[in-house]
Amino acid sequence: MTLWLVVVTACVACYLFKLAGYLVPERVVSGERTGRITTLLPVALLSGLVVVQTVAGPGGQLVVDARVVAVGVAVGLLLLRANFLVVVLTAGTVAAIVRAVGWG
Amino acid sequence: MTEAGPAQNGGTGEGQESPLPSVRRREVIRQAWSVGGATGTYGVSFGALAVAAGLDVWQAQALSFVMFTGASQFALVGILAAGGLAAAPAAVATASMLGVRNGLYGLQTSLMLGATGLRRLAAAHLTIDESTAVGIAQPEPPAQRLGFWQTGIAVFVLWNASTLLGSLLGNAFGDPRQLGLDAAAAGAFVALLWPRLRSRDATATAVLAAFVALVSAPLVPAGIPVLLAAVAAVVVGLRHPGRHEGPLEGGDGILTGSDPTP
Repeated sequence: MTLWLVVVTACVACYLFKLAGYLVPERVVSGERTGRITTLLPVALLSGLVVVQTVAGPGGQLVVDARVVAVGVAVGLLLLRANFLVVVLTAGTVAAIVRAVGWG
Repeated sequence: MTEAGPAQNGGTGEGQESPLPSVRRREVIRQAWSVGGATGTYGVSFGALAVAAGLDVWQAQALSFVMFTGASQFALVGILAAGGLAAAPAAVATASMLGVRNGLYGLQTSLMLGATGLRRLAAAHLTIDESTAVGIAQPEPPAQRLGFWQTGIAVFVLWNASTLLGSLLGNAFGDPRQLGLDAAAAGAFVALLWPRLRSRDATATAVLAAFVALVSAPLVPAGIPVLLAAVAAVVVGLRHPGRHEGPLEGGDGILTGSDPTP
């Protein structure tokens, strides 16, 4: 699978989901249970992504390094209602500094 | 109007409604572009992370232009950065599942817009958190439609422009790890998750999903732990009814659990 194929496949899939909302009759997806699951789906996926991106090493083994410090700072900023871009940039900067001083 | 037309949104027929007063028109357009400006600029971080993950400038741009849904874009490049092409199927699956919510928004916006033909295809493309939120927040149907289209276009233009800026900047930088770009991606996922943790069910899902990812990461190939984490949504969703916020609640023009990118 080349990188372009990955990009195109994912783009098509995401567009089809968007389009489905305009084509599928509402009753097909309006069940209460279905609604609950589809609303919780991004929460589960993003939470999994946070964990993997923060503590998984190259081979999947768990590693505690500069990323953990950076995510801690990010959570602190979110508690202070910081803007998205500020959170992302600060997380990167914190990790770069921690690495520059030779830890993680 | 066919009998399939929206019942609760009556008055979408032409000529039945008075045109939007110019004061309201300006108000809606201003709101749309301020949301677009706030959100669109986050594309800088996406562009930089995409090239750090090994995509070229064109591939990063294709994602912002065609995929055009922030959380899915971040997820795709995040998983590719960690697992390379071997993780591609998991990356595509995760990005797609994160895009499911746009389909739910489409159920609402299709009634609101009443678009057909090419306009419907364009409306589907612009169906994201922000355009839906601004649209449904307007009281009168013409303002709803104006808000949706203006916000969609504003975010699209600015998100694409800032993605290009970010990927060019990212290419000019050196080693992504030394710069902390992997941690910046982690920060982005936390910031995308944060506004969704407003109900007990959401928090329970997040905790269970984190646990599943943590336990499975050393055992299965890169990308798969995130897919396994998705099971948490099914487990919590099936567990008990009635303690959950619906997918769309329009108060204050903010979507419940919407994230800060398109």
